[in-house]
Amino acid sequence: MKSLHDLLKKYEKLFLTGGKYEKLGPAYRAFYTFLYTPEVVTEKGAHIRSSIDLKRVMFVVVMALIPATLFGIWNTGHQYYVQAVAAGIEPAGGFWSEFLFGLKKVLPMIIVSYVVGLGIEFYFAIKRGEEVNEGYLVTGLLIPLIMPVTIPLWILALSVAFAVIFGKEVFGGTGMNIVNPALTARAFAFFSYPATMSGNLVWVANADHYDAVSGETILGYLAQNKSVPWSWWDMFTGTIPGSVGETSVLMILIGLALLLFTKVGSWRIVLSGLLGGVLMGILFNVWGENALMQFPWWQHLMVGGFAFGLAFMATDPVTAAQTNKGKWIYGFLIGALAITIRVLNPAYPEGMMLAILLMNVVAPTIDYLVVEANAKKRMKRKILSVKA
Amino acid sequence: MSVSIKVKKGLDIRLLGEPAYAVEELPRSRLYAIKPPEFVGINPRLSVQAGDRVLAGDLLFYSKYNPDILFTSPVSGTVKEVVRGKRRMILRVVIEADEKDEYKKIEPDESSREGILKTLLKSGLFSLIRKRPYDTVPEPSQRPKAIYIRAYETAPLSPDYAFAMENRKEDLQKGIQILSKLTEGKVYLIVDGASQTFLNDMQGVALVKVTGPHPAANPSVAIAHTNPISQGDVLWVLNAWDVAIMGRLFLKGIYDATKVVAFTGSMMKSPKYYRLKQGAYLKDFSEDLLKTKENVRLIGGNPLTGSNITEDGFLGMFDNSVTALPEGNQARFFGWMPFLGTSRKTVYRLNFDWFSNKKRDLDTSLHGEERPFVMTEEAEEVMPLDIYPIHLLKACLTGDVDKMEQLGILEVVPEDFALVDYVSSSKINAQEIIRRGLDVMMVEIG
Repeated sequence: MKSLHDLLKKYEKLFLTGGKYEKLGPAYRAFYTFLYTPEVVTEKGAHIRSSIDLKRVMFVVVMALIPATLFGIWNTGHQYYVQAVAAGIEPAGGFWSEFLFGLKKVLPMIIVSYVVGLGIEFYFAIKRGEEVNEGYLVTGLLIPLIMPVTIPLWILALSVAFAVIFGKEVFGGTGMNIVNPALTARAFAFFSYPATMSGNLVWVANADHYDAVSGETILGYLAQNKSVPWSWWDMFTGTIPGSVGETSVLMILIGLALLLFTKVGSWRIVLSGLLGGVLMGILFNVWGENALMQFPWWQHLMVGGFAFGLAFMATDPVTAAQTNKGKWIYGFLIGALAITIRVLNPAYPEGMMLAILLMNVVAPTIDYLVVEANAKKRMKRKILSVKA
Repeated sequence: MSVSIKVKKGLDIRLLGEPAYAVEELPRSRLYAIKPPEFVGINPRLSVQAGDRVLAGDLLFYSKYNPDILFTSPVSGTVKEVVRGKRRMILRVVIEADEKDEYKKIEPDESSREGILKTLLKSGLFSLIRKRPYDTVPEPSQRPKAIYIRAYETAPLSPDYAFAMENRKEDLQKGIQILSKLTEGKVYLIVDGASQTFLNDMQGVALVKVTGPHPAANPSVAIAHTNPISQGDVLWVLNAWDVAIMGRLFLKGIYDATKVVAFTGSMMKSPKYYRLKQGAYLKDFSEDLLKTKENVRLIGGNPLTGSNITEDGFLGMFDNSVTALPEGNQARFFGWMPFLGTSRKTVYRLNFDWFSNKKRDLDTSLHGEERPFVMTEEAEEVMPLDIYPIHLLKACLTGDVDKMEQLGILEVVPEDFALVDYVSSSKINAQEIIRRGLDVMMVEIG
């Protein structure tokens, strides 16, 4: 390992100020710091620092996404084979043929997402002379997981570009963005190319190749007032059609457990979001006017993007409320709004995306009110002390 | 009369190299120095030059803004040099010490408030007081609403005051008695709520018994519970050692800068307490004290708030401990990988031994690179004050004076943000940002 480090150091001067490739410095440093945590020591402030940096934090989120990703790859194949076998196109395939089929579909999406996204990130970093930020490590994996598997790769690439440029870089990069970049990508695709993002043909690979397809999602069924052909166990394990990574509540829970245990994810947001969803679900059950309202509240938590969004996107620290008190309000409203949008406006079966994006925009206001209350308390004391 | 404070938010960092309960005499240093940058808010004007002879207690320099505030020599000897830095800023005044100290005789006057103030000013000991808000040398004309004396620290590798000051009971008691005449309010003594020592028996003070993780013993916590600061308030904060030095001035009529200082850290050969005088030159003893000479950082104070004295080698005026840590200047292969590599206790659980409270050997590595604010809960987790740390830091960065005041800048000093430095995954220098924010406030509001 020492020789690799020496090699990297040998070429470092080319990328330093005054070097031949000075402009590519951020790219070199991104590569170097990926391999090695640099030998920088503290100069100001506390002499000792914790060993947690953003790379570590972001990588934990990537680790938390891996169960859902692997399951999503298998489920993509599984859903295809279920349909294809029923239509008599394919003989029944085993686990590995399902997994490999899924891999062939999902891996290109992940590659496109990372290549396009990181390309733009590097471009901006070099142009601005700033360091490349780690945020896209997570975003790059999130985007393919919340897209239907049939999305054309060029639309995916366009969505990624839109999300990174207009969702993030125009605000100044990681840490400065207002809305979650991954959801920005999904919203872009959803509103610009609705045919690729909804309906009963998009959720199963190659579904348009054969007739008699039943690739409708659960929320799709409910919106049409039809009964759902899946049991709650299917919803929990995730063997249902849907966006690539969001179907399995079980896998999401495993990832969420890692996020909450390591304290990288905010338990306040997750808990309050759950409360919000449960409360609205029960209220609609009591109302009970149509199939969506009668859908049991606890099953609402298991379908669509609710679990995935709450675990991995509502907890995005940059776009969430930044105060602990604010996080309670923020999470609760996401949960409540997601179910409300889902039930009251069947044109947008995916309420979670809209709920999170809306609350991303509201989050600074929540923080403002929380912080203002703290300031008011202080100013009141000041007035009292002046009087006394 | 006492107040008990139980702090919940915070973080105890346990490090190797805690001092053993033993006191030794450190041989007398050749050199001593006093460093003007330690005294925030003054602009030094020299009264001596190289070659001048001084007694212990003789004037070295004074504050340009208030010539009554004097800074005096801790030892007798000859002024060796005045070291200057950028823009001719005076970094330190170095004195070549005599074999034995000759003291300037001071006639202490404790008959009245004015007399006490005059004695403190003349002896130079007034400069050991820190004012809240702003953490600067106070104006003698401003009467403090209350005075806080810290005799307990919760930062890693902090000295045990009850042990180190055992032989200075009378001095401390005298100092407290003197200080109580300078305020109409109370004199508070911050002590460890979990132990019963001679400090609990001090007369004329209100005890503040604190328990909980660092920064429980920071004066800001005690102040927030007893006298929350608003604009216009003035409080004084002192260290128990400095109070004892004041007490000795009034008992014996001399400025005796002797202290018992904890020598700590994993790079100390045998961490324990040493008796020495403030301003001592420690480099003469580094061979005897340190495990190795190379790649060691010497810190005056604790690892969270102390100052780097590796270069100059002089113990600071306010330092009650010296810490030696290994420098962390080596690259770490995949150093960011969760659950691998260096194990350090923090608010996240990203090491397999996150639950362990064992003493760890930490070096000075930054462990990453500076980034914009991303993670938002870590700072609140270690902030026991009723303050939104990230929002206050942002107000300081933008220089928004109104916002800074509304968010409580007057109630904090840089040391309260030391743990924010430590836990920050974006590697921000919160203490420095707060110091700059306080400086801006002082200029804008006064």
